[in-house]
Amino acid sequence: MCLAVPGKLLEVFDENGLKMGNIDFAGSVSKACLEYVPEIEVGQYTIVHAGFALSVLNEKEAQETFDAWDEVIDAANKDGIGLEKLERPD
Amino acid sequence: MDFPESLSCPVPILSHDTVQLAHGAGGKLSNEMIDKIFLPRFTNTTLEKMEDQAILENPGGRIAFSTDTFVVDPIFFPGGDIGDLAINGTVNDVAMSGAQPLYLSAGFILEEGLPFETLHRIVLSMEKAANIAGIQIVAGDTKVVNRGSCDKLFINTTGFGFVPDGINISASNLKAGDKIILSGTLADHGMAVMTSREGLSFQSTVKSDTAGLNHMVNDMLAVSHDIHALRDPTRGGLATTLNEFAATSNVGIQLEDGKIPVKDDVRGACELLGIDPLYVANEGKLVAVVPPEIADTMLAAMQNNPLGANAVIIGEVTDNHPGVVALRMGLGGNRIVDMTVGEQLPRIC
Amino acid sequence: MKYLDEFRDPKIAKKILDEIHQVTTQPWVIMEICGGQTHSIIRNGIDQVLPKEIELVHGPGCPVCVTPLEIIDKAIEIAGRPNVIFTSFGDMLRVPGSKKDLFMVRSEGGDVRTVFSPLESLKIARENPDKEVVFFAVGFETTAPGNAMAVAQAAKEGLSNFSELVSHVLVPPAMEALLSSSTNRVQGYLAAGHVCTVMGWEEYTPIAKKYEVPIVITGFEPLDVLDGILHTVKQLEAGTFEVENRYARIVEEGGNKPAQVLIQDVFEVADRKWRGIGEIPVSGFRITEKYRQYDAELKFDVGEIKTDEPEECISGVILQGLKKPHDCPAFGKTCTPQNPLGATMVSSEGACAAYYKYQRIKAD
Repeated sequence: MCLAVPGKLLEVFDENGLKMGNIDFAGSVSKACLEYVPEIEVGQYTIVHAGFALSVLNEKEAQETFDAWDEVIDAANKDGIGLEKLERPD
Repeated sequence: MDFPESLSCPVPILSHDTVQLAHGAGGKLSNEMIDKIFLPRFTNTTLEKMEDQAILENPGGRIAFSTDTFVVDPIFFPGGDIGDLAINGTVNDVAMSGAQPLYLSAGFILEEGLPFETLHRIVLSMEKAANIAGIQIVAGDTKVVNRGSCDKLFINTTGFGFVPDGINISASNLKAGDKIILSGTLADHGMAVMTSREGLSFQSTVKSDTAGLNHMVNDMLAVSHDIHALRDPTRGGLATTLNEFAATSNVGIQLEDGKIPVKDDVRGACELLGIDPLYVANEGKLVAVVPPEIADTMLAAMQNNPLGANAVIIGEVTDNHPGVVALRMGLGGNRIVDMTVGEQLPRIC
Repeated sequence: MKYLDEFRDPKIAKKILDEIHQVTTQPWVIMEICGGQTHSIIRNGIDQVLPKEIELVHGPGCPVCVTPLEIIDKAIEIAGRPNVIFTSFGDMLRVPGSKKDLFMVRSEGGDVRTVFSPLESLKIARENPDKEVVFFAVGFETTAPGNAMAVAQAAKEGLSNFSELVSHVLVPPAMEALLSSSTNRVQGYLAAGHVCTVMGWEEYTPIAKKYEVPIVITGFEPLDVLDGILHTVKQLEAGTFEVENRYARIVEEGGNKPAQVLIQDVFEVADRKWRGIGEIPVSGFRITEKYRQYDAELKFDVGEIKTDEPEECISGVILQGLKKPHDCPAFGKTCTPQNPLGATMVSSEGACAAYYKYQRIKAD
């Protein structure tokens, strides 16, 4: 169930009285309903499921996860395992 | 084809703006349509004779012969249309035998009411694709059906060419150790068509990869005639083609994840719609199976052709798990890449 | 793709995997609830690289798998009627009812259309005022916000030709039903990240406490799933049973409040049948009295259609992790992905379908 992927909000508009937005998924732009994420701002990432944005991605939490993993990699490098740092797409 | 092209070739002036049933009745209107729409674009000495059949020279050798019918909806999609698709599709099917595609027939089923402007645009696009591939359209037919009996237009193309001596390319030739080369990114065509369909609310940069591959096949044959198998992974995608190879040759195929190229925007659309690019149609890609000793030179030759710039070795043929295509994932697990049961649909789970 | 590729990095995955191997000292049975996680596990071969002590049981969290035969038969009945445009997510078109599927209805002349969002269905209703447009509102808590919005919006616009055939199911009651079964083997849960995105995770705390099972909320990318397994095993090894949110970039404790408000307006909790499991009390949604005119089941009077699941199918016990697919006499014989008898062979992520696919490579 519940295929939902993160995309970036490009613009907000009204359609039939509903708050809608165009969301960019690496170049493919899809329309989604934003009624459930009233706080969202253009440029933020959101999770879209079946045409509805369900949550604004918490970039701070994501960053904390990345940092924790960087520590994992640093520790591994100290042990001589030799992992490269993650390459993160912009 | 881009629109500006057709602006330089204005729609010929006909007595009607749209296709009438009478255009298929074999009378004056039929002749007018053929003379003004088709003949100026598909011109060659064979077609111009307007006989009931094309009579062609036989240069000798084995004939490669293929037919395909095109019913794509929408008829115009980013990167192409039903016209160039109909040419390239059959050119590619013939070329995958190692043959030089030479001649094509084109049969049209037109829906009553189809604007001539639309038909003209498609015919121009066919002309361009045929010129690029270097083939001649030597026979044709048009029928007009009642509104609703077909969707705008359907095109059948049949093509043939001659297979040079010493070439034996077949899905039954795979041997353990052979390398599998893919000529470029996956899923461009299928996702371009899907994301341009009404209802999905998509604005996509995804473009179809429709292209004639016969010149790249020539480049490949110049490296070696010892190509074991060659196929263009159209409907059903790479997964289906490789499963057909594995079943026909009774060998296993081992792919490596992370090596199969997919463009970013195509992947974005696939992720959102829950579609696996391995199963999506391509119209300008080929997959080649070659002996390991020539794999690198073959790859380089493909990469030198603009249509193969992103060519890459994606895996190899193995004695293990005969009949099964497996994809080694980054974690070390092996995922089976099976045939699909039906068409790929946007899904939510 | 940002916020996606980072969570698929095989180098990090291997580190987490190493850690799972280090912390695992004894056998554990963990259920991933969500079909999306099952998909990720199978697709990335995670089940093949885990310590052999860890058994993953694929849970009932796939709407394709759990929508009962009876509802499919109702959908087929409605879709086949003249003047109806039947709209559905692509997932449901191939799911067989007792005699046919929605594709077959289409080939027989029914107007069956795939939509990606329930709002597209509403658009079709707007454009076809002389037709009845029905949306097949299936799914878990994740599709409920959209399906509720379509009904509320139809009411707002006065689109009386729109209705929904609702087969909504809820995750927590199914988790409890599995845990309270006398034959339960599940010791820890990976909770479904996107369900929690909508509903939050307050409901899980009493379940974790009552049944003494750790519940770890996680996402769908390979690193999310591995991280979820790691934290479940850590809790199991330590003997704790907390609800742990490992998907904090998406999930907040309270969930999505605006979505919950609209869901409560349009839907009310009801008993629901689950394919392969049977009826679970208060385990789904139906449309509230206020919006009853948008309930396709009433509008088309198909409430009387009753269908029993085929007796030979043991998908119910498979979903509970009590039997393996190859223990079923029908497996691979009268039941195949082309011709499925039951839930778990229907979806490509279902346990039986997955086993069917993988049995051919086992010798490798």
